[in-house]
Amino acid sequence: MAIDAAQPETPGAPEGRQNPQGRPPPETEETAVAGHAPGVRHAPGVGHSPELRPGVQRLPIAVGPGPGDLTDGAAASEATAGLLEVRHLNAYYGTFRAIRDVDLSIRPNAVTALIGPSGCGKTTFLRTLNRMHELVPGATVQGTIELDGVDVYGSNIDPVRLRRVMGMVFQRPSPFPTMSIYDNVVAGLRLTGRHQRSELDAVVERSLRRAALWDEVKDKLRENGMSLSGGQQQRLCIARALAVGPEVLLMDEPASALDPIATLRIEELIAELKQSYTIVIVTHNMQQAARVSDRTAFLTMGEDRAGYLVEVDETSRIFTNPRERLTEDYVSGRFG
Amino acid sequence: MTLVAAGLIVVLLAGITIRLAIESAGTWARFGLGFLGGTTWDVVNGVYGALPFVAGTVESSLLALIIAVPLSLLTAIFLAELAPRWLSVPLTFLVELLAAIPSVVVGLWGVFVLSPFLRDTVEKWLVGALGFIPIFSGPAFGIGLFSASVVLAIMIVPTIVSVSREVIVAVPGAQREAMLALGATRWETTRRAVLPYARSGIVGAVILGLGRALGETMAVTMVIGNKDIVPTRVFDQAQTIASKIATTFNEAQVGIQTQSLIALGLVLLAITLALNVIARLLVRQVAGDGGGLASGG
Ligand SMILES: Nc1ncnc2c1ncn2[C@@H]1O[C@H](COP(=O)(O)OP(=O)(O)OP(=O)(O)O)[C@@H](O)[C@H]1O
Ligand SMILES: [Mg+2]
Repeated sequence: MAIDAAQPETPGAPEGRQNPQGRPPPETEETAVAGHAPGVRHAPGVGHSPELRPGVQRLPIAVGPGPGDLTDGAAASEATAGLLEVRHLNAYYGTFRAIRDVDLSIRPNAVTALIGPSGCGKTTFLRTLNRMHELVPGATVQGTIELDGVDVYGSNIDPVRLRRVMGMVFQRPSPFPTMSIYDNVVAGLRLTGRHQRSELDAVVERSLRRAALWDEVKDKLRENGMSLSGGQQQRLCIARALAVGPEVLLMDEPASALDPIATLRIEELIAELKQSYTIVIVTHNMQQAARVSDRTAFLTMGEDRAGYLVEVDETSRIFTNPRERLTEDYVSGRFG
Repeated sequence: MTLVAAGLIVVLLAGITIRLAIESAGTWARFGLGFLGGTTWDVVNGVYGALPFVAGTVESSLLALIIAVPLSLLTAIFLAELAPRWLSVPLTFLVELLAAIPSVVVGLWGVFVLSPFLRDTVEKWLVGALGFIPIFSGPAFGIGLFSASVVLAIMIVPTIVSVSREVIVAVPGAQREAMLALGATRWETTRRAVLPYARSGIVGAVILGLGRALGETMAVTMVIGNKDIVPTRVFDQAQTIASKIATTFNEAQVGIQTQSLIALGLVLLAITLALNVIARLLVRQVAGDGGGLASGG
């Protein structure tokens, strides 16, 4: 993990990454490429520190791979890292309150679906998690969000680094049109200054495999990303998000611009990915929420148009026997 | 409708070209392609060559681009990406206002203010610091190729800034967000997502500026020094095709002299078209398949 945390000495603090070869042994990489490596676990902190700065200790807020290290991404992500605790969250656009007092705990290695009527703040909520919300002029946040116990709004957290830990996939596929498929995948890595060819190659293959796109594009990595179909483009965007080694994947209606078959592929992919990542998905499609998610959070908005959380529960319960009347009306189509 | 308009433009262009070719036939018959390489323009003996003016045109325009492009791009990026609205709106207006200054006024300013200033500051410094490189060797008089290029740069900056600013503003927010979400800073987002997306539009802006520089007549005529030599130093006094035609067409005698001036016009047209084509090919080369998506150009 690599968002800064000015913490006292952590025992077993990670070794610095003094040389580019300072990576875990190749076997790890192999298992990572293969996808799942249930047996392989890494001790907390091993190889998770990009660069050490004097006076600043990096506290791994999770056992997951940070942007500084990708080679053991798959393995490390198997561990239960990526627990999100949201408390008393309020989000504003200027003076308009878009989210009111949301308390939500989001489990790792599971899919949490956010459902609710249009305009209730699902996108806003998602964007508060990786601090994209504050990029909107005048937008502010109150409350706390903790990722594995570390306050992501803490003064010692660099939002730029945080966003590498919480990958985001948008509603419309948005590959970079001037880049090849290959360059799209490594776009985030290049930001961290890593250019070593063999490393990039390995990440490209692993990320594309995890995004279930490798077989379709492996012979045309140099072609333009826009030459792919919409569904392939969206999986390319997922691969791009995975390549920087996130722990959490935030998906905002990732399939709403796709046809049913492409949608199905994305859903299958989400089911795969949840074994390694914390996934939060916004969807308008009830069947989709029911199919892919383990837990479902239902948001709606009050008189003041501020979105609030009605309830969160196991998905099966939300769709069969919710506690709240509002939820029942919504999932059965009597509302919104 | 648009097809008709496009057709009309092609016909017009072809018409002008053919007309220029016919009117200058005597020159081509006498000197052939040697006209392009000829370095003398001797009215008394009837020997005409285009090289000094071709060189003056190309050199002053390229030098103007070298000065104007970095300045314009930084300005456009600042206006489009960094400046808050209350600052970017009036600044954009001011930059565009700059384009509205009549070129003869810019020329006057160039003669009386800019070139003496350049002579005493930038040119002096360049001669002192880089004078050992032949193209920067002195003496520098103020009036000359360098001043003309600076004047040209000032005249094309507004064009390049306003077109590239629009192109940058038009880059979809989704592109920015996608890059930001990967852990990019604002500047990295601009550099790696916004500028590449806007690339072909920006090149279009530069081509527009170049076109203006190649054809600019009045201001250049006033500050370039009007000497019929092939400039080999940036401080040489020189002549562009446009300034040569402007300064001599009135008193030119009917016959080979006038025909040679028209031939110069034809050469200028050819240079402009060639540079446009080259620039467009360059864009296609770097942009690959996806280049067509980028807006603008
Ligand atoms: N950039 C913004 N500036 C101001 N208000 C905004 C902005 N983005 C969203 N809002 C407002 O915040 C509220 C929540 O919007 P949000 O986009 O989060 O809803 P949503 O649940 O994602 O809707 P949908 O299901 O249609 O995507 C809405 O009232 C919306 O008008
Ligand atoms: Mg939304």
